[in-house]
Amino acid sequence: MPSPTDRQYTKEHEWITPDGTMGITDHAQEALGDIVFVELPKAGTELTKGKPIGTVESVKAVSDIYAPVSGTVTAANDALATAPEQVNKDAHAAWLIKIKVKDPSEMNALLSAADYDKFVSEEAGH
Amino acid sequence: MSAAETIPPAVPQTVRKTALNAVHRRMGAKMVEFNGWDMPVEYPASIGCGIVSEHMAVRTGAGIFDVSHMGDIRLAGPGALAAVQHISMNDASRLAIGQAQYSALLYPQGTFVDDVIVHRLGEDEYLLVINAGTREKDFNWVRDNTRQFNCAVEHLSDDFTQIAIQGPKAVELLQKLTDADLSAVKFYWVTRGTLCGLKNTLMGRTGYTAEDGFEIYIPSDEATSERVWYAILDAGKELGAIPCGLGARNTLRLEGKLPLYGHEISDTINVWEAGLDRFCKMEKPDFIGRAALEKGKAEGVKKTLVGLEMIERGIARDDYKILDDGGSEIGYVTSGSPAPFLKKNIALAYVPPVYSEIGSTVKVEIRGQGVKAQVVPTPFYKRPKKS
Repeated sequence: MPSPTDRQYTKEHEWITPDGTMGITDHAQEALGDIVFVELPKAGTELTKGKPIGTVESVKAVSDIYAPVSGTVTAANDALATAPEQVNKDAHAAWLIKIKVKDPSEMNALLSAADYDKFVSEEAGH
Repeated sequence: MSAAETIPPAVPQTVRKTALNAVHRRMGAKMVEFNGWDMPVEYPASIGCGIVSEHMAVRTGAGIFDVSHMGDIRLAGPGALAAVQHISMNDASRLAIGQAQYSALLYPQGTFVDDVIVHRLGEDEYLLVINAGTREKDFNWVRDNTRQFNCAVEHLSDDFTQIAIQGPKAVELLQKLTDADLSAVKFYWVTRGTLCGLKNTLMGRTGYTAEDGFEIYIPSDEATSERVWYAILDAGKELGAIPCGLGARNTLRLEGKLPLYGHEISDTINVWEAGLDRFCKMEKPDFIGRAALEKGKAEGVKKTLVGLEMIERGIARDDYKILDDGGSEIGYVTSGSPAPFLKKNIALAYVPPVYSEIGSTVKVEIRGQGVKAQVVPTPFYKRPKKS
């Protein structure tokens, strides 16, 4: 299924909407399998683009989450602490954090839905 | 998300495939390289699978595993019992024909070449079922250390497709496909019968899931393997049986505290440390590793395997460090995972004996933080006795 076009993507398999809400992609949740643990930065945390900010764990694997852009965390989806499987059910709805983006031009460097889908299919082809 | 951790690496050229490899791919299984084998780690959610669902199916119904990567060594001849006794730590002289036992091949140091299931198939015939990653090493070890005995040693690993049917409904499932009376077969015994039209098929009431079930050994040609695989899946449909991959196999065996080679047991861990005392018969005739174990027993162990349950939020993973309250490193996790049936985060770990008492607390180092865990009784899961 094509990725939603209302947001942008990273090569680390994250999405971010124009208002700074971020999550992991459907492709990422499928690759991880049953997600059982989500650790997120608290509101107020300063983020630097590309740096690890939390983790998502499935039964089998641990995966870091990276900041798609620099900014400040304004909210974390604490419901995921007790119901991490929401990410499996609908990865594009189960947001992780909301970010007050520091430099909007950083958003321009991210992938469009079409480019992300192309990246995923190329990655799978290796 | 770090892609390197979520996307399986490209399959190396030398990777081996079971006869069911194409079937797994056709079913959409996520494949991983495991000990040199291209194996399914889990089947897709679209067919009701995934590690958690597969794990739960085995605990509550039935699950079907391709375990053809396991190896098989046959010893036959007048000296077969003496040979098996010499190379393994359990007492094979106690086996009746058709009976099996958990055992291990040891180095002279009392550490592990591998753990094995020894089956006595005939008067002078034994079958050792060994691990995938140690096949060649095990076969060479057995051959080289049994030359003085009057018996033939054959490596049959590639002759069999091995399928495990596991769970409380496994016997009911398999019974639909065979004329052998499976209810008459006790745990850790084998039988032979016609299965899916295959005469004289070996079926053992064994497994690696801490659940009831059978492991069957059929010819390893693709056509036969696929036919039987699908026959089992079909027969299991009305019982809710689903195919299961190595992911669930690992979490199931961990809940049951069944050791995994390279984790709880290895060439640097001895029998006493691993806590496998009850499978090591020091009173039987001499065997490789015995002298070192006798000495080791007198000296006592420096580390011992314990079961841990996380008290604070966090998941212990393989190779994570164990810390004491002061933050000093005292041991390591051999296997750690969320336990899907128990719904806890559990781990097996080596720690000094002083920390091994039930109720002791230690810390697991998770991403630089000490996260509290408690020593708990093992196995974490024990299957309910049938009423």
